[in-house]
Amino acid sequence: MGECKVTTVLKRYPGAGRDKLIPILQEVQEEEGYLQREAVVMIGRHLGVPTSQIFGVATFYNQFRFEPVGRFHVQICRGTACHVKGSAKLLETLKREVGVEPGRTTRDGLFSIEVVACIGACGLAPVISINGEFHARVTPEEIPVLLDSCRKKAQEVG
Amino acid sequence: MKITLNGKTIEAREGETILSAARRMGLDIPTLCHMEGLPPTGTCRVCVVEDRKTGRLIPSCSFPVSDGMDIATHSNQAVAARKTIIELLLASHPDDCLYCPGNGTCVLQRYAQELGVRQRSYSGARNRINLDVSSPSIIRDPEKCILCGRCVRVCSEVQGVSAIDFTGRGSTAQIGCAFNEGLNVSSCVNCGQCVMVCPTGALTERRDVDRVLKALDDPAMTVVVQHAPAVSVTLAEEFGIKPGSDIVDRMNAAFRRMGFDKVFPTSFSADLTVMEEAHELVQRVRKGGPFPMFTSCSPGWIKYLEEFYPQMLGNASTCKSPQQMMGAVIKRLWAPASGLDPKTVYSVSVMPCTAKKFEASRPEMGDGAPDVDAVITTRELAEMIRMFGIDISSLEGEAADSPFGERSSAGKLFGASGGVMEAAARTAYHMLTGENLKDMRIEAVRGLEDVKETTLTIAGIELKLAVVSGLGNAGRLLRDIIEGRRTYHFVEVMTCPGGCINGGGQPFLTDPERVRARMLSLYEIDRNASLRVAHENSSIAALYRDHLGEPGSKKAHHILHTTYSPREVLK
Repeated sequence: MGECKVTTVLKRYPGAGRDKLIPILQEVQEEEGYLQREAVVMIGRHLGVPTSQIFGVATFYNQFRFEPVGRFHVQICRGTACHVKGSAKLLETLKREVGVEPGRTTRDGLFSIEVVACIGACGLAPVISINGEFHARVTPEEIPVLLDSCRKKAQEVG
Repeated sequence: MKITLNGKTIEAREGETILSAARRMGLDIPTLCHMEGLPPTGTCRVCVVEDRKTGRLIPSCSFPVSDGMDIATHSNQAVAARKTIIELLLASHPDDCLYCPGNGTCVLQRYAQELGVRQRSYSGARNRINLDVSSPSIIRDPEKCILCGRCVRVCSEVQGVSAIDFTGRGSTAQIGCAFNEGLNVSSCVNCGQCVMVCPTGALTERRDVDRVLKALDDPAMTVVVQHAPAVSVTLAEEFGIKPGSDIVDRMNAAFRRMGFDKVFPTSFSADLTVMEEAHELVQRVRKGGPFPMFTSCSPGWIKYLEEFYPQMLGNASTCKSPQQMMGAVIKRLWAPASGLDPKTVYSVSVMPCTAKKFEASRPEMGDGAPDVDAVITTRELAEMIRMFGIDISSLEGEAADSPFGERSSAGKLFGASGGVMEAAARTAYHMLTGENLKDMRIEAVRGLEDVKETTLTIAGIELKLAVVSGLGNAGRLLRDIIEGRRTYHFVEVMTCPGGCINGGGQPFLTDPERVRARMLSLYEIDRNASLRVAHENSSIAALYRDHLGEPGSKKAHHILHTTYSPREVLK
């Protein structure tokens, strides 16, 4: 199924060269939620770019991920305003509490973390967004509470 | 145009860099990322020099000269900046030089020493990254990496393999394979050119010295060693002897001092390869193909073909490489004929090559047990000789052992790009005409050029020949062949630029001119030799008479030939 989606994206770029790599990666991730190994290999074959170089480009940018997002996708803003308001500490706490690095997903598939440069809500700094829902002026102490409410929600829904 | 370098006015060439002008005048400016023959990247900044007119620092490796420029390469400001850059590189570098495989050859270590770095001035956070020990040939220690990018460039721009690239960004950037996999699942062909250009201990060969020492210490084992044609003309450099010196006789003596029971030159089995490969070529000429036939001595090339062009595998000669022919002959013919149980024979091979370690571990290269038990590089051999306290300069030369001690100079030529072609052509000529070439030397296939071509007429048949070295060049030639732009009968491919004399297991090149000295040494050996063709090697004739029958026989095929199969890797 995944292969079909990648093929569909690649069909939009006939005869493309390496300059089309980033748009293709973005579209494939848009379709599939993440970049599968098979997708990267297929893109490489289509563009004539080695997989090592595609991986190099994709790991340079925060936006690309190699695992599907968790049921709760936590985006943490590391923009200037949030940084000034202590988002570094927040990220440390988040990583510790969830147990994965940014870009990764927990083994149970519940949480994934993504670092974003600016969410555009500097007035609410520091901000995190869980599945698109913003949480303003978050403190490190609130992180476990927020995560627990997610876990509870998951249990209720089953 | 005129520029002033350290107060001296010199003539500079339009478009060249400050570094190139300085080097021509014999000035050495340190650099960690510069690569001769490739466009500059200006990554490491160690080569900064002072523009005396503006007082600014500029990177000499990437800054073009301009008329009237006034440059100080070693002003206080330039040297101080260089020292700071080295100190910053050291800030996140491990402090374990004493235990590092790069100890003594590390360029970062040398510059720190030369610039007077005597203490840790900056302390940065260290990235903790696991060693990559997945490859049978190459060990990667990303913690020792300074991100100069030379390995990435040689892998992609010279070899066209691109097994590795920069991954991540900023302080967590590192060099790695796609998906952070090990080298063993990447397209890495184990050529070791990355090891040759790495300025630190981040890339090294897998060290197999200890396994050899253990075998030497085991009284139940008969330890046999073979040494590749390109080893005897480079080993000298490890001991400060003039580059290009052939010290094969002293090397033989050193092997015996260390306890090896038998010493055989791989040039002998190169002669055997010539017999089989020339026979195969003659057969293809008679049957009409498939053409071109590709040589199969270079294990990096074979893996490259299996990965990238599996449709061309039928064109590769089925001959094993000289290393594997020798290995098979030792264990399967020589051992039983000498009343030895092959299980008690330990077969060591000294190669200018890291890919040979991989080749020896290929499952088809053995008869239950591997034919070659351990492969060490020229550098590892030098390490062993030093470990045993042998003064190679004062050794009395000794001859190799029978029955495989005799070699033609054709077998010796295998060490340089074009050598396999020249050796095979001499014997193929004899096979087709019954006579020897009048002029043995085939000048058109000699030298360090990327691609060499010639046409040889044998018995009225025009054979179009090509010689290519460096996999990037080979890939381009191959695409030309596949797309019909070029046609040949026989193509020699060497993985490393210039052939085995520039192999990934050779002494580190402090001066690129050394490759030429190594090559000329092989040509010198050929010029002075009385036995210059494989088919006149009486030991080869005896091997066929006693064991193999004739070239291409069923038994020869069983022992000396192999098969290839497509390889799925991350590419």
